[in-house]
Amino acid sequence: MGSKHLFVTVGTTKFEKLISALSDEKILDILAKLGYTSIQFQTGNGHFKKVSHQLIDIKYNKYFEDFQNEIKQSDLVISHAGAGTCLEVLKTGKPLIVVINEDLMDNHQIELAKHLSQKEYLYYCTCDTLKDILTKDLNLLKAYPLADANIFSNYLDQCMGFQ
Amino acid sequence: MMETQLIIEVLILLILVIVTRVLYLIHKITTGYSRKSEIKRTTPCKILICIGSGGHTTEMLQLIKNINFAKYKPRYYTMAKTDKTSHDKVVNFEKAKEGISSNYTIIEVPRSREVHQSYITSVITTLYSTLYSLPIVLGIMPDVIICNGPGSCVPICVVSFILKCMFIKDIRIVFIESYCRVQTFSLTGKILTYLADNFLVQWPDLKNKLKRAEYIGQLM
Repeated sequence: MGSKHLFVTVGTTKFEKLISALSDEKILDILAKLGYTSIQFQTGNGHFKKVSHQLIDIKYNKYFEDFQNEIKQSDLVISHAGAGTCLEVLKTGKPLIVVINEDLMDNHQIELAKHLSQKEYLYYCTCDTLKDILTKDLNLLKAYPLADANIFSNYLDQCMGFQ
Repeated sequence: MMETQLIIEVLILLILVIVTRVLYLIHKITTGYSRKSEIKRTTPCKILICIGSGGHTTEMLQLIKNINFAKYKPRYYTMAKTDKTSHDKVVNFEKAKEGISSNYTIIEVPRSREVHQSYITSVITTLYSTLYSLPIVLGIMPDVIICNGPGSCVPICVVSFILKCMFIKDIRIVFIESYCRVQTFSLTGKILTYLADNFLVQWPDLKNKLKRAEYIGQLM
């Protein structure tokens, strides 16, 4: 099993429900069973209760200057449905579980999470179904294909008559 | 009596001419006739990049990351006055690409629409920012405008469309719908359907919903 590291991120806003769902004793037990020995929370502006677990080292930070580095160091990322965060994690090649915030109305980012999960790049769930998703096999997820970095610049050159 | 009748007739004629011009341009744009420049270009083009906020900024900088800065200069970035994060991102982006001697300008504009604003007040603020955009676009006279939402780019595009209508300057508008739009268009996208010469979407599903949209492959 080794010692795995989990990174939980809620982005620039707040998502208190996600932090409290992951602070639940039962969820932490499941994580411990899966081999996680440390959790890093990026909490944003929300209020939350700090918890501890005998097998898991839990840390809290509001924000990270070097967000990329936190992703790189983790074995799994659990994140809010922000497109930017999702993309960053997928590009780094880390397994990702996206938790949808049902309290946000008219949230088209859910569309994206659903779509990316249909393509099997990530798993998505709500705070209530998180427990079932955690036990899924992360190795079944597909690698996110990297985009051709010149595709837009070539297109623009064509439009402008440079080519 | 005769004179007022003449004035009215001239006015009607004028309105008809304007309406025809606008409809002709919209037809040309939505059928894709203005997708590519008709003339080969050898001189650098002035580019106006509409910076949104948060995720939009990141996406935009990702898109223009590999454009040849020798071809696209000088560069102008518009962004909301209050958006310090985007400001820093653009400054760092330019610094990373061109060093300190970069040929770019940042222009701050008022926000056009807050996220939870009602439709009536957003019409008023949009009108206000359209007036505000007029001197910006006239001052720069860009060759191309690139935008990917949100609403702040609409007034700038409206102004440049008007310039196009009046044969003052043919400014190309390139719109890229946001990466998180998989099934539905953003409000900005719905408006710019009629104004943007190039309308890109990032998911094939969205292309199937709008004939004029283009999907050129994975951009992010």
